Amino acid sequence: MDFYDIAENSTVAEVIDRFPIVEDFLDNLNLRGLDRTLPLPDALENGDPEWLENLGTNVDDILDQFADFLEAFVTPHESAADIESITVVGGHDKSGKAENCSITVKHGQVLSIVGPTGSGKSRLLSDIECLAQGDTPTGRVVMIGGRRPKDEERFELEGHLVAQLSQNMNFVMDLSVREFLMMHARSRMSSEPEKIVSRCFEKANELAGEKFTIDTKVTQLSGGQSRALMIADTAYMSSSPIVLIDEIENAGIDRKQAISILTSNDKIVFMSTHDPLLALSADRRIVIRNGGIIKVIDSSDEERESLRHIQELDDEIMKIRSMLRMGEIIKPGAWRERSI
Amino acid sequence: MTVFVRNIILETERVEEMKLITVSGPPSSGKTSVILKLVYALREQGFGKIGVVKFDCLASFDRIRYEEAGVPVVTGFSGKFCPDHFFISNIEDAVKWGNSRGFDMLITESAGLCNRCSPHIQRIPAICVIDNLSGINTPRKIGPMLKFADYVVITKGDIVSQAEREVFKFNVRQVNTRARILFVNGITGQGAFMLSKYLKDSVDITTLSDMRLRFTTPASVCSYCTGETRIGDEFQNGMMKKMEFHEAAPLSETESGESR
Ligand SMILES: Nc1nc2c(ncn2[C@@H]2O[C@H](COP(=O)(O)OP(=O)(O)OP(=O)(O)O)[C@@H](O)[C@H]2O)c(=O)[nH]1
Ligand SMILES: [Mg+2]
Repeated sequence: MDFYDIAENSTVAEVIDRFPIVEDFLDNLNLRGLDRTLPLPDALENGDPEWLENLGTNVDDILDQFADFLEAFVTPHESAADIESITVVGGHDKSGKAENCSITVKHGQVLSIVGPTGSGKSRLLSDIECLAQGDTPTGRVVMIGGRRPKDEERFELEGHLVAQLSQNMNFVMDLSVREFLMMHARSRMSSEPEKIVSRCFEKANELAGEKFTIDTKVTQLSGGQSRALMIADTAYMSSSPIVLIDEIENAGIDRKQAISILTSNDKIVFMSTHDPLLALSADRRIVIRNGGIIKVIDSSDEERESLRHIQELDDEIMKIRSMLRMGEIIKPGAWRERSI
Repeated sequence: MTVFVRNIILETERVEEMKLITVSGPPSSGKTSVILKLVYALREQGFGKIGVVKFDCLASFDRIRYEEAGVPVVTGFSGKFCPDHFFISNIEDAVKWGNSRGFDMLITESAGLCNRCSPHIQRIPAICVIDNLSGINTPRKIGPMLKFADYVVITKGDIVSQAEREVFKFNVRQVNTRARILFVNGITGQGAFMLSKYLKDSVDITTLSDMRLRFTTPASVCSYCTGETRIGDEFQNGMMKKMEFHEAAPLSETESGESR
């Protein structure tokens, strides 16, 4: 698209109508008061010359910026979203011992990562994030869709690949849930922002133990509600095909449903956890020690059997929790008779 | 090593080549943390001799952190001078210092204090460090320091939500459509490797004398720049910019007891 042509042959109002994001462009340059009935170059010529001077710029320069801006936001760029699988080919641990493994995770699958704190989980994440090609301290090679990415691809994808969720994260914006989600949807240039916002909100509420309204301020959500909203938002709105979850166990949300929302949105999920229920419900888990992957364990019938028991235990704990919340006395075994 | 030998043989008079990187960003955005993580990442790749020049206004505690990490550092305080003017009038000497110490890379750290600061030099890789906590519209307010940077490093992503990181990045992109935008965690160093990869291949220089700034520094030749402290029209000489108040909409009575 020739954006110079568009600037010259349509009025500012028409341009905004076609590309609403141009409103932001004008705001950024403090040009909100521009005459919108004229094409951009004319409107600039007619505007207050001091504006331009203060910006240290001129009309041609602003037109260049305008074209760059639309190029960056309107032209579809290579998207990271359609990555089918990711493969980590082992390198070595901190003392140089070879990892001898190759792990492929496809979209919709979950890989859990276990190991002591400081064992090297964040190094693994860093390797994935930058698509390591044997050039990071671990010597690992990360492939996408079964092949090694080219250099440009690697730089292009950088920063779009991994979405992160961890216990330490908080909302800092002073917005309501609706405003917050709308803002995110807008930044994704979503064509139906209202629809995706309400879907996100509904899912977040399903995950959260305690319900909240769409007009609640995000900063006022409880820990569990925040986590629920973050997960739903990541599942439906984040552009990143890979999600890394760091210790969400104590969040007071429906953890299993949280993971399934992510996988049903075709995310590749890496989950660092000590929660037996989560660790065992993954398709595969890796064990990290001394900066290296020492073991890759596929889920087996045996472990699935154990998972059922763990699930039962977990359900009991959940029942006890809800009884506590209702102010009941917890008599031995009383929770067994409860349904929820 | 071979480069070193060649230089000695062919150009005994010329000082050795060195990379220069300028790092700027609002106060406490994570500049020092990012630079240190970058230094570690570069060391891991055998890129060892790195020095830092810190430009600040009144006080800085960065020196101790650099020294603890074994990074040679010189600190300069602009005091009553415009920090940008101070930067640009000392950068050539900084390069000479770096050359004389035989660094592979010299990194400058300077705080953008007036949001109009822009210590970026043409052809020299320019990094702007901003943090996720600084408010969602901050990227849209920072100006040339962000707009003319080649790399925008966003820190403190570990404490905000993924959605806020994405929106923040989107806002950075609005202001600088060409920069590479990277998330670096100033505490764990996550993301610093990628930054080091970009910078490792940046241009080698021996001098800055034929280079230019990317953007004009703030104009500051007024009586207050030269020490005037009295307030009032008769004391204001030189380049001044006056606000206009007469266009402001009249306040309604309920809003304020004041009237114009
Ligand atoms: N949580 C978190 N904290 C960070 C991160 N990066 C930096 N910090 C913290 O932010 C504070 C300021 O970091 P500095 O690196 O000193 O910032 P600076 O920009 O060099 O500051 P001045 O030179 O004083 O302007 C320190 O307490 C850092 O530990 C990050 O990615 N995450
Ligand atoms: Mg500092």
